[in-house]
Amino acid sequence: MKAAAFDYTRPRDLPGLLRQLSGSTDAKIIAGGQSLVPMMAMRLVRPALLVDINDVQDLQNITLEDDCVAIGACTRQADAEASEVIRQHLPLLAKALPFVGHDQTRNRGTVGGSLAHADPSAEIVLVAVTLQAELTLARADGERSAATDDFLDGPMTTTLEEDECLTAIRFPRWTEAGRVGVGFHEVSPRAGDFAVVAAAAQLLLDDDGVCRRAAVAVANTTPMPLRLAAVENALVGAAIDQNTARDAAALAGALIDPPSDLHASAAGRRHMARTLIERAILDAAGPAVAGGQTHG
Amino acid sequence: MAERNIRLRVNGATSEGIAEPRVTLLDFLRDTLRLTGTHMGCEHGICGACTVMFDGAPVRSCLIFAVQAEGHDITTVEGLADEAGELSVLQDCFWETHALQCGYCTPGMLIAAQALLHRNNDPDDDEIRDAISGNLCRCTGYGQIVEAIRLAADRLNQRTNPGDRP
Repeated sequence: MKAAAFDYTRPRDLPGLLRQLSGSTDAKIIAGGQSLVPMMAMRLVRPALLVDINDVQDLQNITLEDDCVAIGACTRQADAEASEVIRQHLPLLAKALPFVGHDQTRNRGTVGGSLAHADPSAEIVLVAVTLQAELTLARADGERSAATDDFLDGPMTTTLEEDECLTAIRFPRWTEAGRVGVGFHEVSPRAGDFAVVAAAAQLLLDDDGVCRRAAVAVANTTPMPLRLAAVENALVGAAIDQNTARDAAALAGALIDPPSDLHASAAGRRHMARTLIERAILDAAGPAVAGGQTHG
Repeated sequence: MAERNIRLRVNGATSEGIAEPRVTLLDFLRDTLRLTGTHMGCEHGICGACTVMFDGAPVRSCLIFAVQAEGHDITTVEGLADEAGELSVLQDCFWETHALQCGYCTPGMLIAAQALLHRNNDPDDDEIRDAISGNLCRCTGYGQIVEAIRLAADRLNQRTNPGDRP
């Protein structure tokens, strides 16, 4: 359980970091290291050079912009959790962050590191899919931006090139008139463990409680987290009560194809997905949700 | 790979040692600096036995390379006791409520609990359980650990606000 030998460098700024990446073969970026270091300890990963980005201050900002909240890739999950900007303007991420590991891992783990690692059960990945975050990828000769869906290429796989660094994640803000509500639920064996199934919902509701915009996604029922267009379409234009939430959540069943493994059967995951999506929708609709009666 | 000289602050004093980049902070503390209070459990970030404070925040020392801690401020369980070597209030409460049996998880539990008390001087049981949720204990069933942290919070509050609590 000891990492294989590697060389190590800790550049002080972004140009220095990108030069380092372009001039090296078999280099690996380390941010929080909460997934990379165990993989190195188990020798699943054996980079020749570790490029530590923790001293690059430009990668650690949280900035409120007109249409988004921009989060530097090396922002600690604990700092994001404590951020007033995120609490106010990116409530879905604020709601999801306490589910990410434990205090000890959030104090090191970063927002960008979670995305670059692309674990299909990761809460931050689920939020990025739900809100369709825009990622900035930099290399020595320039930068590009990528939609979350284009960046994620499958479980633990992204389209990030060897000489690129994820530098920022832009989570869109919904600034239309109305109230934005969010919900996030997951099932895991113990607090802080990997999610067996997780669901996220963000709704925009007008003064009459009618849903004007919806984003709903679920993780661990398909290889990567999935936006649920049919569920969203069933919510938009409707006043959200327990019946509409349940009927909309049931539509997810046709879109998912959950696996069976030692944590849960496929049928169990289907049940969890429907239930968690329904709860996330109801949370997002808020305490003023109409109705409350059950079918029958 | 080439060994490096690593200089950092540990428990308030400057410390220095030589290690390859692949040496974890945990191994550096234990083997190079001979601070064996921090325990090695799983070595891949699951058990929490190796928890130390990194610039005041609890982290897993098995998931940080020593070279990354260069210039940073580390607190280990050895740093909780006062200069005379007396147990801290928190340590005393662990002893008093029997919050340890084999003691393997205890250094990590103490650091996680101390970090909680630094940021929240009156945690409820849910907050205490959340703060130690990343630390595994196979002896106590956790009940007495929660009790110890609760008791420490009460005692520390009595000390800072005499008369506030009966």
